[in-house]
Amino acid sequence: MKCKRCRATAEVQIRHHHTAFCRPCFIVYFQRQVQRAIEKERMFAPQEEVLVAVSGGKDSLALWDVLGELGYRSAGVHLALGIGAYSQASTAKTEAFAQRRQLRLLTVKLEEEGMGVPTMAGFTNRPACAACGTAKRHYFDRVAIENGFPVLATGHNLDDEAARLLGNVLRWQVHYLAKQSPMLESTHARFVRKVKPLFRVSEYETAVYAFFRGIDYIVDECPNSVGATQLVYKEALNRLEAAMPGTKLSFVQEFLRVGRAAFSGTIDQPPSTCERCGMPAFGTICSFCSLVREVESKQARRAVTHRPSPPAA
Amino acid sequence: MHITLLPQHQQVDLPGRHRVSEILRHLGLLPGTAMVIRGDLLVTDQEFIEADEAIEIRNVISGG
Repeated sequence: MKCKRCRATAEVQIRHHHTAFCRPCFIVYFQRQVQRAIEKERMFAPQEEVLVAVSGGKDSLALWDVLGELGYRSAGVHLALGIGAYSQASTAKTEAFAQRRQLRLLTVKLEEEGMGVPTMAGFTNRPACAACGTAKRHYFDRVAIENGFPVLATGHNLDDEAARLLGNVLRWQVHYLAKQSPMLESTHARFVRKVKPLFRVSEYETAVYAFFRGIDYIVDECPNSVGATQLVYKEALNRLEAAMPGTKLSFVQEFLRVGRAAFSGTIDQPPSTCERCGMPAFGTICSFCSLVREVESKQARRAVTHRPSPPAA
Repeated sequence: MHITLLPQHQQVDLPGRHRVSEILRHLGLLPGTAMVIRGDLLVTDQEFIEADEAIEIRNVISGG
């Protein structure tokens, strides 16, 4: 198989574009896809500094790499989630990446805040992924606002967006469908603009880019992702993709082009302000503070229950 | 051939010479869901892996 651009031996085949590339040409192709996404969706301007949410996985590190290669100024925000050895390895990969490239990295250690993911999930009986997502949404915005970043970029790729869309369609989650977009403008003074520059490239392409660029990412999966619903959606979509290459791309692109507008009347009211932390909220307190309050109250109750009895006189 | 599967860290031995697409099918992997790595190069689905070679197959689908 030959590279479509230079006729050298191809190292990677992109079925949904009926094409193949050698290593240098794939890197050019990938970076152009990301550049096109940024420009077409007007994600951010060249002079804006982008805060990149980095987990240590292939997608976020590939995103941070490609933004640098395209000449954008960026810094990273990393949440150390407190999920044992997996989180330690993720943080180590992220820090090593930032150090090698001399990039600024802002790290929030949830365990030091007393709110590691296992603690939050254990005390509230919520799924670990739900607690993790709530903490991420809270801290990413907070770190961006407190450090003056106008925009937060995440490493969501085409497969993530297609899986999310499928999940929202299967349950007709009209509010989520209205908001599903590679670019979300801020709707509150303490919400920053959110962008997904990798939404046009597949998970496979992102992994290939990370491999070709020599990015040392964490290959292991989060132990909490076993049996995740998103994996079921991804498998269904990958079966369709194998039979009909291009299905995932057209599913997402055509939704954005013609589908999403049908749900625009269902967008929620803009958020109010959390009376506990000042971050955006859809009630009197935000979902993160609600989670923290529940954890703290159950911790206090447990401390009382397990308090040792005073020694007998 | 000797196959290392990631992220499962499993080792699999498969006798004979096979096309990459056949190996993926044998392992129950869909096209476009795993990178096949020989040495420090990726190999496409049409290429053959010889019986005495070692490859790494790295799943790229993430659930989080």
